[in-house]
Amino acid sequence: MLQKLFKFHGGVKPDSRKQDSTRQPIRSLPLPSELIVPLHQSIGGTPRPLVRVGDRVLKGERIGAAEGPVSAAVHAPSSGVVRAIEDRTMPHPSGLPASCVVIEADGDDRWIEREPVPWKSMKGDELRDYLRDAGIVGLGGATFPSHVKLRAGAKPTHTLVLNGAECEPFITCDDMLMRERAAEIIRGAGIMAQMLAVERVLIGIEDNKPEALAAMRTAAGDGIEVVAIPTLYPAGGEKQLLRVLTGVEVAAGRRPLEFGLQCFNVGTAYRMARAIDHAEPLISRIVTVAGNVEAPANYEVLIGTPIDTLLAAGRPRPDTDRVLMGGPMMGFALPTTAAPVVKATNCVLAGSPSLLPPPPPEMACIRCGTCADHCPVDLQPFELYWFGRSHNFGKAQEYHLFDCIECGCCSYVCPSNIPLVDYFRFTKSEIWARERDKSAADLARERFEARNERQEREKREKAERLAAKAEATRKKLADSEPVAEVGTASPAEEAKKALIAAALERAKQQKSSVKPRNTDNLSADKQAEIDEIEARRARTGGRSVEPPENS
Amino acid sequence: MTHSPYLRESRSVRQIMLQVLLALLPGIVAYVWQFGAGVLIQLLLASTAALAAEAVMLRLRRKPLGLYLGDLSAIVTAWLIALSLPPIGPWWMVVLATLCAIVVAKHLYGGLGQNPFNPAMVAFCVMIVAFPAQMSQWPDAGLDFGQQLELILGGERALDAITAATPLDALRTGLRAGGADAHVAEVLQGPAFGAIGGQGWEWVVAGFAIGGLYLLWQRIISWHLPAAFLLTMALTATLLWGMHPERFASPLLHLATGGTMLAAFFIVTDPVSGSTTPKGKLVFAGGAAFIAYMIRSFGNYPDGIAFAVLLMNICVPLIDMYTQPPVFGHKRGSS
Repeated sequence: MLQKLFKFHGGVKPDSRKQDSTRQPIRSLPLPSELIVPLHQSIGGTPRPLVRVGDRVLKGERIGAAEGPVSAAVHAPSSGVVRAIEDRTMPHPSGLPASCVVIEADGDDRWIEREPVPWKSMKGDELRDYLRDAGIVGLGGATFPSHVKLRAGAKPTHTLVLNGAECEPFITCDDMLMRERAAEIIRGAGIMAQMLAVERVLIGIEDNKPEALAAMRTAAGDGIEVVAIPTLYPAGGEKQLLRVLTGVEVAAGRRPLEFGLQCFNVGTAYRMARAIDHAEPLISRIVTVAGNVEAPANYEVLIGTPIDTLLAAGRPRPDTDRVLMGGPMMGFALPTTAAPVVKATNCVLAGSPSLLPPPPPEMACIRCGTCADHCPVDLQPFELYWFGRSHNFGKAQEYHLFDCIECGCCSYVCPSNIPLVDYFRFTKSEIWARERDKSAADLARERFEARNERQEREKREKAERLAAKAEATRKKLADSEPVAEVGTASPAEEAKKALIAAALERAKQQKSSVKPRNTDNLSADKQAEIDEIEARRARTGGRSVEPPENS
Repeated sequence: MTHSPYLRESRSVRQIMLQVLLALLPGIVAYVWQFGAGVLIQLLLASTAALAAEAVMLRLRRKPLGLYLGDLSAIVTAWLIALSLPPIGPWWMVVLATLCAIVVAKHLYGGLGQNPFNPAMVAFCVMIVAFPAQMSQWPDAGLDFGQQLELILGGERALDAITAATPLDALRTGLRAGGADAHVAEVLQGPAFGAIGGQGWEWVVAGFAIGGLYLLWQRIISWHLPAAFLLTMALTATLLWGMHPERFASPLLHLATGGTMLAAFFIVTDPVSGSTTPKGKLVFAGGAAFIAYMIRSFGNYPDGIAFAVLLMNICVPLIDMYTQPPVFGHKRGSS
């Protein structure tokens, strides 16, 4: 059946540069001596460690258990000894450290006991829990725990989409996976399709990957359509791909599930099949090593392998000035190559001044609208740029700043070399910071109001208590010496009067037992001195005691 | 440290401006062929004045001189001014107009990208208000380059002998002189008119149209602006011509005279001062053409394009606000 395709607005066609890394089959690396496995490798809760320093672990053993409904387990990528559980620098633009389990590999690479999973006889939740514990997350880059997405929504899910578009230049890990392991991808897709009870499965692959298309078409069975889509960045964006294949536009902040759609990366489907058929948790993935290297290729890499170990296999050229994780359009420069390969690492790209040249100087925006012509989300980037620059955050949000997917098309085409995406990231983080401040202020106000209320309540309660006590006293007094006046005063006034009477009584008793104060019997000159001080105080009006006002 | 994207593949502002200048060349060649080389002197004067003014203003504003002088935007403004003013105007007029555009309309508003009004059109309006007489002197066909140069450099002007009116001017004065009996067809017999438009202007207009098509092909301008401008001009003219052919000129004459083609492809297409959304561009250019036609046909100025463009410039923020295209996933019906 010929699939009707749809278009998304804009997009760019950068040179794909995919040929170099696809000449070799997927290779493997020698087992590294040290594996650094970050606990937090998926969106959602940070898994809690299940091992202690000194523990022996086997390959595939769970070392971090999923925490909360959205979270996925992490596993030992090889057998060895836990040497440390400590903070290590993460492959993240911030360069901030996070908790990692550091495993010294023993070289045996010995597996845990494994048996195929009888998934067909398992209940939905049981199977989802298994996938969670197998650490299956989206390998397209977002690393969203897959089991969460494999639950049917309120509406029935009719279409499962597999994303094999891989639109970023240089990256070929999905391409090679599809060429070499198509059958297992299809197997994974079949399991997903059954879990979601969908009517059809579409696999979208950019038409610049004829080998992958052919391999997938050969492997695909009934009910699975492999669709060649036009090569146009960012066709591999989830929502862009859904648009191309189904015509449905899923707005920012909404989920495909609401439209009866669900989308997974082809690598995720492959990992599903491995987890079900071989009880193999997600402990490795395909990573492209490309760019300024002598031997660009794809590697099957254990999670936790230091990136410099992987990069060394590609033999970077001497003029390499930085290393990116991800592609040149949406990737980021690694703060250090000592950081480990994680589940989100699809590509390690060596950069050089000639390969990824520094941008020419930024010039003034001439409102030419080229950015808007290429925006795949139909935004007006130059307007957002003006709003961001002038800190007009309300307007920026009104013009849908948060629909921006940061694909980089606008910066790519800007004739004035304005780093538009940087401006949008800045504006977004400013707005987030303000929202945080505002909610903090709201919290403080709520606390303040609660405190006021509490104080009011306490005052009221105290008054009531006193009134009750006074009432008791009055009663006591009335019992001992009956009072004539009744009925004219209100109960409150009577309580007050009784209170005053009681207080007077107490004061009388105290006074008789107390000595005179030191100001009571003063000589005349002493009294004059005191008067003088009082007069001076009155003149200055007590100003001297107040702190000077800041102006 | 730079952030993604690490790749860029853009035409620089300089390249864009260069292509605009290139696109003006066919029109300029036709201009020289039909009206003599005086316009080249005007182009030179305007370019020099523009670069000097730009340099001084950039220095005063402490902006990188090389970077912004090299963007060639000042030259584009200068050429548009030189092509709008009469080619035998005195030298100080084109210089003053250029200074007006670069200093006041461009830099005092914040420089490249910040000016709400089209600088060339601001300059044109100032000139036609301040020097109406000089602005209506166009060279007679017989004038050679030496005579033109002499006039530009301030030579004595025996005006009636050497200058002619523009076709639109001739049409207006012809109709006024004829009073109630005037007929467009009679006026068009005059020397100012050629086969379809003004004598000689047909070629210039064709030259600008060719340059404009080049810009469209190169995707430097979007089709919305010239299409809306030319269509609105043609439709409005057809409507009135259809009702009163004796009092209003044919749409063809309107398209082939005055600054219609220059405006459609080079003036309303200024991105800085124009509307930016697809629908907004239609409104902006259509509005400019409509106002221009009204001023041409009912106003006191020979051509109204400059005023029309400035009036529409004022409306741009409003137009843009109400014509924002729907964002991905927010289109009606896809809730």
